[in-house]
Amino acid sequence: MSAPTPSTARTGWILSIPALILLALGASGPLLIVVVYAFLEPGEYSGVVWNFTTEAWFRVFFERDIFDDTVSMADAHLTIFWRSVKLSVLTTLITFAIGFPTAWFIATRPAGQRALWLFLITIPFWTNLLIRTFAIMEVIRNQGLLNTALIGLGVIGEPIQILYTDTAVLIGMAYVYLPLMVLPLYAAIDRFDFRLVEAGYDLYATRWRVLRRVILPIVKPGIVAGSILVFVPSLGAYVTPRILGGGKNMMIGNFIELQFGQGRNWPLGAALSLILLAIVLVALLAYVRVTSSDRQDG
Amino acid sequence: MARGFSVTSLPGFAAIAITSFVLLYAPILTMVIYSFNASESVALWGGFSLRWYTAAWENTQVQEATIRSLVIAVSAALISTTVATMAALGTTRRGRFKGQTLIYVMINQPLMVPEIVTAVALLIFFAAIKVATGYTGLAYLVLAHSAFCVPFAYLPIRARLEGMDLALETAAADLYATPWQTFRRVTLPLMGPGIAAGAMLAFVISLDDVIITEFVKSAGQDTLPTYMLGQLRRAVTPEVNAISTALLALTVILLTAFFLLTRRRD
Repeated sequence: MSAPTPSTARTGWILSIPALILLALGASGPLLIVVVYAFLEPGEYSGVVWNFTTEAWFRVFFERDIFDDTVSMADAHLTIFWRSVKLSVLTTLITFAIGFPTAWFIATRPAGQRALWLFLITIPFWTNLLIRTFAIMEVIRNQGLLNTALIGLGVIGEPIQILYTDTAVLIGMAYVYLPLMVLPLYAAIDRFDFRLVEAGYDLYATRWRVLRRVILPIVKPGIVAGSILVFVPSLGAYVTPRILGGGKNMMIGNFIELQFGQGRNWPLGAALSLILLAIVLVALLAYVRVTSSDRQDG
Repeated sequence: MARGFSVTSLPGFAAIAITSFVLLYAPILTMVIYSFNASESVALWGGFSLRWYTAAWENTQVQEATIRSLVIAVSAALISTTVATMAALGTTRRGRFKGQTLIYVMINQPLMVPEIVTAVALLIFFAAIKVATGYTGLAYLVLAHSAFCVPFAYLPIRARLEGMDLALETAAADLYATPWQTFRRVTLPLMGPGIAAGAMLAFVISLDDVIITEFVKSAGQDTLPTYMLGQLRRAVTPEVNAISTALLALTVILLTAFFLLTRRRD
């Protein structure tokens, strides 16, 4: 690699400018407008009135009574936040519980087979999220595969109502985000030196101790990466809760959309978007810190 | 330990792994099988038939949405791959320079910001432009798709470039090739697989997009995914099964091509 020169920087910037303009118009610029909108008053039907106010931020957590102006906590909003965080954490835990053994299994296959198993994980990963959500919906419907099979086996008499519940959203998110957990875990386990496990057993460690004291600490960067990759899109999920949760079991993403549709409160929607973005950025920064400190230690 | 002790095996892991593969594929395979179901019902099997494919094929809304999806995906793939190729050439193999991190952050922004937030941002931005100019055409969707496809095109191209030896270009320059000749005859052909891989990823990502399209589209601008989302809100028809299976087949074909392209360099 040649040393950086002034012309390197100039060429670098000139060649990057088309991409930067495209992203400024289609991503970064609009994001700045959201920040502005979060401090404006809502228009009567949609849009905004150009008066500065922090009302939208207030409305995120509190509500005012229309008649006597008393302030109370916005319970409905807090319920949605709580449901989003709870479902995202549970999704992360479930995908880890299933994804870790799966990634381990792939990484310990003979070298020739590994690419095939990986490919099998990659196909669902690249398949349209909508299609996968739709596929899982077909399985958990009242007349779907799961209920039909359970009734056929005589386990239950009546179909269990799973669709349009939080459980359905959880099953759906775990299903669609599982590959996002498996791929980084695989990358970490693939680099793992199995002689360390051997050494652990030689020193009379039990399997459980080897797993907890040797394997998990070493593949931690993969665990953190997988958790972030699952948690972040889960928190901002829109399609899966909309289809599987029905109208009532909203998550933050659906609640934001509501403000731009029937809710007609664009500033509140903008403020909610920024809160979601802030949580995601904190998670990403935590990830950068964990992985960079691991690199220094290791 | 009579069965032969292996350091790489942990109890129950293989069983969980196989189960998770079954769980991953069972819903998809069910969907594929039922797309060939002759019966009206989504639950009962009425024999093999292509009637839902015929129905989808003859549905004018599906036809229009498919053409729109393809127009947007091809345009977005071309635009994003072109700018990503240039950016990758500017930011790899030539030493780090001031502001490079800023370029990385901007290029990767669509990967970091939740899609619903970008969708809302674009809705606000484009709504203002639509009011100001009166233009409500496809260009908004093409611009939005091109922007979020940039990182998907950029990453494989950059990976390819980083694995390329500068010696070949230096040799070309030593043999009195002009910078343009060197680029055209040496760099570009070597980058080819990376560019093709990036374009394919961009195409698939654009074709799959639901959220941003749903927020940006004007009335009557459904793409295939937003059309399907609209259908799901009403009754579930086996026609959606057929469209899903066709899209799935396209994804698998493109992915296989992608793997073959990126593998050759190893």
